[in-house]
Amino acid sequence: MNSHSSLARSQNAELWQPKRNLSKWSEQAVKYIFATFALISVATTLGIVFTLIFETFEFFQEVSIFRFLTETQWTPLFTNAKFGIWVLVSATLMTSFIAVFVALPVGLLAAICLSEYASPGLRRWLKPILEILAGVPSVVYGYFALLFVTPILQSFIPGLKTFNALSAGLVMGISILPLVASLSEDAIYAVPQSLRQGSYALGTTKRETITGVVLPAALSGIVASFVLSVSRAVGETMIVTVAAGANPTLTLDPRVPVQTMTAFIVQVSLGDAPATSLAFKTIFAVGMMLFLMTFILNVFSFWFVRRFQEKYE
Amino acid sequence: MTNIANPTMISDSQPHLQEPALKMEGVSIFYGSTPAIREVYLDIPAHQITAFIGPSGCGKSTVLRCFNRTNDLIPGAKVTGNVFFRGVNLYSKKVDPVEVRRRIGMVFQKPNPFPKSIYENIAFGARINGYQGDMDQLVENSLRRAAIWDEVKDKLKDSGLSLSGGQQQRLCIARAIAIQPEVILMDEPCSALDPISTLRIEELMQELKEQYTIVIVTHNMQQASRVSDKTAFFNAEATEQGGKLGFLVEYDDTVNIFTNPKQDFTRDYVSGRFG
Repeated sequence: MNSHSSLARSQNAELWQPKRNLSKWSEQAVKYIFATFALISVATTLGIVFTLIFETFEFFQEVSIFRFLTETQWTPLFTNAKFGIWVLVSATLMTSFIAVFVALPVGLLAAICLSEYASPGLRRWLKPILEILAGVPSVVYGYFALLFVTPILQSFIPGLKTFNALSAGLVMGISILPLVASLSEDAIYAVPQSLRQGSYALGTTKRETITGVVLPAALSGIVASFVLSVSRAVGETMIVTVAAGANPTLTLDPRVPVQTMTAFIVQVSLGDAPATSLAFKTIFAVGMMLFLMTFILNVFSFWFVRRFQEKYE
Repeated sequence: MTNIANPTMISDSQPHLQEPALKMEGVSIFYGSTPAIREVYLDIPAHQITAFIGPSGCGKSTVLRCFNRTNDLIPGAKVTGNVFFRGVNLYSKKVDPVEVRRRIGMVFQKPNPFPKSIYENIAFGARINGYQGDMDQLVENSLRRAAIWDEVKDKLKDSGLSLSGGQQQRLCIARAIAIQPEVILMDEPCSALDPISTLRIEELMQELKEQYTIVIVTHNMQQASRVSDKTAFFNAEATEQGGKLGFLVEYDDTVNIFTNPKQDFTRDYVSGRFG
């Protein structure tokens, strides 16, 4: 009996006997189980970061950071090794820029179409198709770029090589398009209906309501989707490895073969570089650079969302 | 006796003889094939406040939304009958609903300022509608007329969402009058506000009716009796399909509705016997 409690029932007390001790114990147990799982993801992230930092540090023991940032060639596997990281960075930025150039406008317009203009029937068709696009393995996109897009582009772009940044970038744009469309659509969908009604009540057309009220209200979510898709493009591996080539060149010409940071990492990983060799450590230095780029993008996105997010009741 | 001696006094003292600002003739509203409102006949006098009262779900907001064709925005909604604004049938094919909403403004149940600055909340509608005059002046005048200027004049760049609920609702009223409509529809404008904010809005309505025709939907019968000149009482009956069909029970001067209603139903409702 709960005689120790002043809150004990005075009537029919024997009918009410909750298992307080057991439930207290299971509450605690559940708390620790969840904490363990949460910790696993944190520990994994920390582990990756520490490995990167450690190996990168090893790398810079052998190659000066000055050479890393100023040399204009990237030939770490040659006898006369050069470590100009900008060669890889420029290739990554170029393919990412082309991809973003395709994905942002098309993705945003698709999101607006889906959320504001499409009838429920059309939406029922369009959305799954868009999601299928997101489910295509990136190696398929890679060969799609190499064997389908490049030959078509070659028919009207003179000097386009078999491996080139242009078609890799364009196809990468298509591959990240569903991400932009889906996240932007969520952001647009989250704008309260009452705002649209308020705008219509001022005598605005549908287009004026979308550009004047809905899109500005969804801005933080749209920008977050943009930034996330840029980090996806920077980190994309298979498409650029298959279609953009393995030829590290410091160039801004999208018609020639280049090698992106991710493609370089693949190249070395597939080879037989011993775990202690400089070539092996180079992977981590490049990986660190990649990590820093996406990290900065994520921090920016986090800041932007916090700064511009609108709180509705 | 002076009325008879001086004929011009008649129209002045009896404004209901003037041309009504809005007129409904046999308006029925359907959602899909389900009827929601049955044949409403109603004249809204200009420069007066007309209140719509009635129990929840009787369709008074739906009737209100016919006046600026916001029912058009709901998929499947259909309006039959005629709604006249200054003699023009608002549901005629030649009438653009966007133009209707420019002339007949609306304030909503929950304050819905745009996530923009206070200034932009007012300027947005004016700019969209191609206002060529001095924007600063228009913003100030609108905020003054909505009795919120003194509270916001030093923070026009702040977000409209940073204001309190009552201030937000007055901002929305300022936004509505900035595009200089002739009619303002108010859909339970005080239901989300505390009594003090409600009082301010009610005082504001008395000032606004000099320039605008106001139609207000309210759940609050005291509010209807305090602010309105005419009152329409709506009720709903259950249909065989399990839905509700709203209809107009009685429409008269507010004094008559609350002290001497013609229908027993109205008497029961306004005396608080049900609802």
